[in-house]
Amino acid sequence: MFFLKKRRILLGFEQHPRLNEFTFSLSRILKNPLSLIGLSLIFVFLMIALFAPLIAVPEKPEEPFRIPHEGYSVVPKPPEPGHPFGTTTKQYDIFYGVIWGTRTAFRIGLMVVGSILVIGIAVGSISGYFGGIIDEIIMRITDIFMALPLLILAMAIVTALGRSLDNIMKSLIIVGWPIYARTVRGSILTIREEDFVRAAQAQGAGTFRVIFKHVLPNAIYPVLILASLDIGAMVLTAAALSFLGLGAQEGYADWGQMVSLARNYIVGPQGQPFLYWYVVTIPGLFILFFVLGWNLLGDALRDIFDPRLRRK
Amino acid sequence: MPVQEMQSAESVLEIDKLKVNFYTYEGVVKAIDEISFALEDGDTLGIVGETGCGKSVTVLSILRLILPPGRIESGCILYGTKDACIDLAQKNDEFMRSIRGNDISMIFQEAGNALNPVLSIGDQVRESFLLHQQQELCKSVLKRLSQKGDRQSGYRRFLSWRYQRKLRRAAGNGLKDRRYGRLLKIEAMRWSVDLLRNLGIPNPDELVKRYPHELSGGMQQRVVISMALACNPAVLIADEPTSNLDVTIQAQILQLLEELKKRYHSSILFITHDLGVVSEVSDKVIVLYAGTVVEFAEVRELFKKPLHPYTRALLHSVPSLGSKKRLESIGGNVPNLINPPSGCRFHPRCPHVMDICKKQKPDLYRGMGNSDKSHLAACFLYQQEGAA
Amino acid sequence: MLDHLLEIRNLKTYYPIRGGIVRRARNYVRAVDNVTISIRRGECLGLVGESGCGKTTLGKTILHLEKATDGKVLFDVSREAAVGLQDITLLRRRRLKRLREKLQIVFQDPSTSLNPRMLVKNIIGESLAIHRIDHGRARLERVIGLLKAVGMNEDHLMRYPHEFSGGQRQRIAIARALATNPDFIILDEPTSALDVSVQAQILNLLIDLKEELNLTYLFITHHLLVVEHISDRIAVMYLGKIVEMAPTENLFQRALHPYTIALLSAIPIPDPDVRRERIILTGDVPDPVDPPSGCRFHPRCEFAEQQCEEQEPKLVDVGGEHLVACHCRDAVAAKYWTTL
Repeated sequence: MFFLKKRRILLGFEQHPRLNEFTFSLSRILKNPLSLIGLSLIFVFLMIALFAPLIAVPEKPEEPFRIPHEGYSVVPKPPEPGHPFGTTTKQYDIFYGVIWGTRTAFRIGLMVVGSILVIGIAVGSISGYFGGIIDEIIMRITDIFMALPLLILAMAIVTALGRSLDNIMKSLIIVGWPIYARTVRGSILTIREEDFVRAAQAQGAGTFRVIFKHVLPNAIYPVLILASLDIGAMVLTAAALSFLGLGAQEGYADWGQMVSLARNYIVGPQGQPFLYWYVVTIPGLFILFFVLGWNLLGDALRDIFDPRLRRK
Repeated sequence: MPVQEMQSAESVLEIDKLKVNFYTYEGVVKAIDEISFALEDGDTLGIVGETGCGKSVTVLSILRLILPPGRIESGCILYGTKDACIDLAQKNDEFMRSIRGNDISMIFQEAGNALNPVLSIGDQVRESFLLHQQQELCKSVLKRLSQKGDRQSGYRRFLSWRYQRKLRRAAGNGLKDRRYGRLLKIEAMRWSVDLLRNLGIPNPDELVKRYPHELSGGMQQRVVISMALACNPAVLIADEPTSNLDVTIQAQILQLLEELKKRYHSSILFITHDLGVVSEVSDKVIVLYAGTVVEFAEVRELFKKPLHPYTRALLHSVPSLGSKKRLESIGGNVPNLINPPSGCRFHPRCPHVMDICKKQKPDLYRGMGNSDKSHLAACFLYQQEGAA
Repeated sequence: MLDHLLEIRNLKTYYPIRGGIVRRARNYVRAVDNVTISIRRGECLGLVGESGCGKTTLGKTILHLEKATDGKVLFDVSREAAVGLQDITLLRRRRLKRLREKLQIVFQDPSTSLNPRMLVKNIIGESLAIHRIDHGRARLERVIGLLKAVGMNEDHLMRYPHEFSGGQRQRIAIARALATNPDFIILDEPTSALDVSVQAQILNLLIDLKEELNLTYLFITHHLLVVEHISDRIAVMYLGKIVEMAPTENLFQRALHPYTIALLSAIPIPDPDVRRERIILTGDVPDPVDPPSGCRFHPRCEFAEQQCEEQEPKLVDVGGEHLVACHCRDAVAAKYWTTL
């Protein structure tokens, strides 16, 4: 209903100003070469993830994440037709593994970061906006969570609940949200004192309205940047945990898991150290470019949202 | 081609056709468009204008503190006397560093921001001494050491003799050697305490140990002024020094500046947007609008007989004591300097606009009935009177 | 019985300074200390003072944006029915919300008082949305009407605040304040962040609006010339207390408190022929945490006597609605106003 009214008022081809702001941000992203690289990388990975069933056809459609293996030979075999990237220990196909691993990576990254965003923002907003004793209590709880060591926690959870990717994600979430809560709280403490928040209160806005319409939209940018940088970091950490044997089951399509399989073959026999380069390098490269893409995007977002640099 | 030598015998600073541009993402901002004015020895020149008129940019370019994307396109900044002047626009950074704080000093609007919060007041005041007056400091330390020399033991006298040798040799590099650099710093601290005392600040020995955040706004500004005057500069640039201060503190600071001007024989460039302050402090005034000088006059002339339409409008928009007359406001907005109006930059808002105003930029013309160059306005209304 | 729109009685706003592990309040910043003022319907009361005197805190406390430690703020709610004065400090949330329609505020810095991520349309229309006044088309029309009333137009609806100049932003802030047809507006230094010529525009606008809509203003500022131009009465604050209050002309022609006189003499007048004898106050404004005993101004006052150090002066009516809190007011009058 309101949208129609907007159209009637707007003259000619003038766009809605929010659209203007969005296209302005987009143009800034596209003009920055590094961010363009980051965006392209992520786009490529997105395509791989979306078209995984077509690129690497699963043997059993109901269990696509199980990497096919034709034998049980421990020694990795180099690339050959049928196995474009070669096979790793127990003859798991590397190509299949990294393609479906992309889906896993996105899943880990987005779900973990999504969860800690929600938890962090909720906790941080309440703590920052209300202040006083609520703030104290919540911050002390945050301190406790911050003190938990990731590795030990992951091991404990895996021991208790079993070895799976979901359990790793749980431990990442448990350890990861305090920073977000702190960051949001910090932004809110500043924004809370700004005149326009007081003005909204002076007009009779209730607490919810003030938080959601005034405080959060202005306080959220630092966390968003943190989140985009963290997606890559989470995937990296999950890969490390998988490498240590805490993550996915053997044979599951996960990049870290694949490197874990190749543990004994990182260095080849005497005289030929790089004989089995493909078992580590290929999953490693996938991890590298995935994390790089998100990092570049996060940097670009930070430059774009910095109000001082924005209109330079 | 701007003139390379000073026009007037009494000037200590002359700006000639200065042009400053800022190359930004959205276009070229023509911040200063060929302004010219002169500061005479012992005078206080008030620079009046509203936000965006280029007052700060002008004085920052005198000290060559304009950073990219800003650039001085053309013009001369002549400093010195008529016989021996230098063009600051051509000098390199190293030379400018010897000028800043030493010959030309600046004080800023927010004194709190001009002071480093992690250094004590004493550290900051003595910095100018250590930077610019090392030779004098060395001599002073030598004198003090030689006075103590007779009363010292043999070993100490030997050390002191070695210090003195080093001091005499490396007058410029006093700070490199940490041992006798320390003595210089102590001497500089003594000088700072004396300076603060001369400024009328109570308890200077105790003040130098404190930190900026422990001082009030007025006191901070006084410290900044003392830092600026430490090396007896010939020109003091004050960029809205009292705009953020309360009225009573402002009165104190303005009185302080008056006294200091007399004592140190400096000339002051006083920037402000407050017409009341300008009328009190200045001997002569220039009015800036959108990067151009629109009027130049002695202060009484300006307030009694303003020539330029902008000046007149400005004077009528200030509430005056006792009159409930409706304030006049100037229609329109300050122009965007990326696309400034053609010809006279004030013409879109001028009640007396003529055709020529849109095409040509006016020079500074003499006001009516003035035979000398004392009252000038950049307006075609006065073109018949003759160019300045 | 005078028609008082707002009555402030013995208002105190103290900020606790907490220390120690348990964060107990060790001391208080007495921002507003026992202030009593009445504002009549339709008048403009100017509130002057320097930084740290508590005038902004007073404004915020009236609106319940800061919590009052003690005292009453009484507000006459309804125009039509003589409901009487309601104490704002005691109201519960719902009643307070309704009261907010009638009491509004315009802040000092227009660049921070508007939400940078909201469209102008929503900024002005927000209070309408909060109080559920008008919907859809009617609300839009009302917002456009408000924009026109402050001298802007329809094109400015769908823009963000950063696209406007300082003066225009302040107009938007004023439009926002007018949205719910308030009776009383607190103006907290509305022109201090603006250029001189823009200041004139905004002042004219405020005066016009006051006439048209029969508004009542509390005009807080430190700029004496501005306040003289717009106010009917002026109150002078120092360190949380009102030291003098009088009709504008009386204040300027016959101020009786030494602080007021120093303040008046310190104003720079844009006339180079006027060279007044300036009273330069010594020292700085003392810390509001530990104010001087007795009369708070006595350490800087040229008339200070023993009595001033011991006993705090009360506000006394010296005739013609002129209130002064000074023991030595006769001496002051004798020194400065003997010619009159």
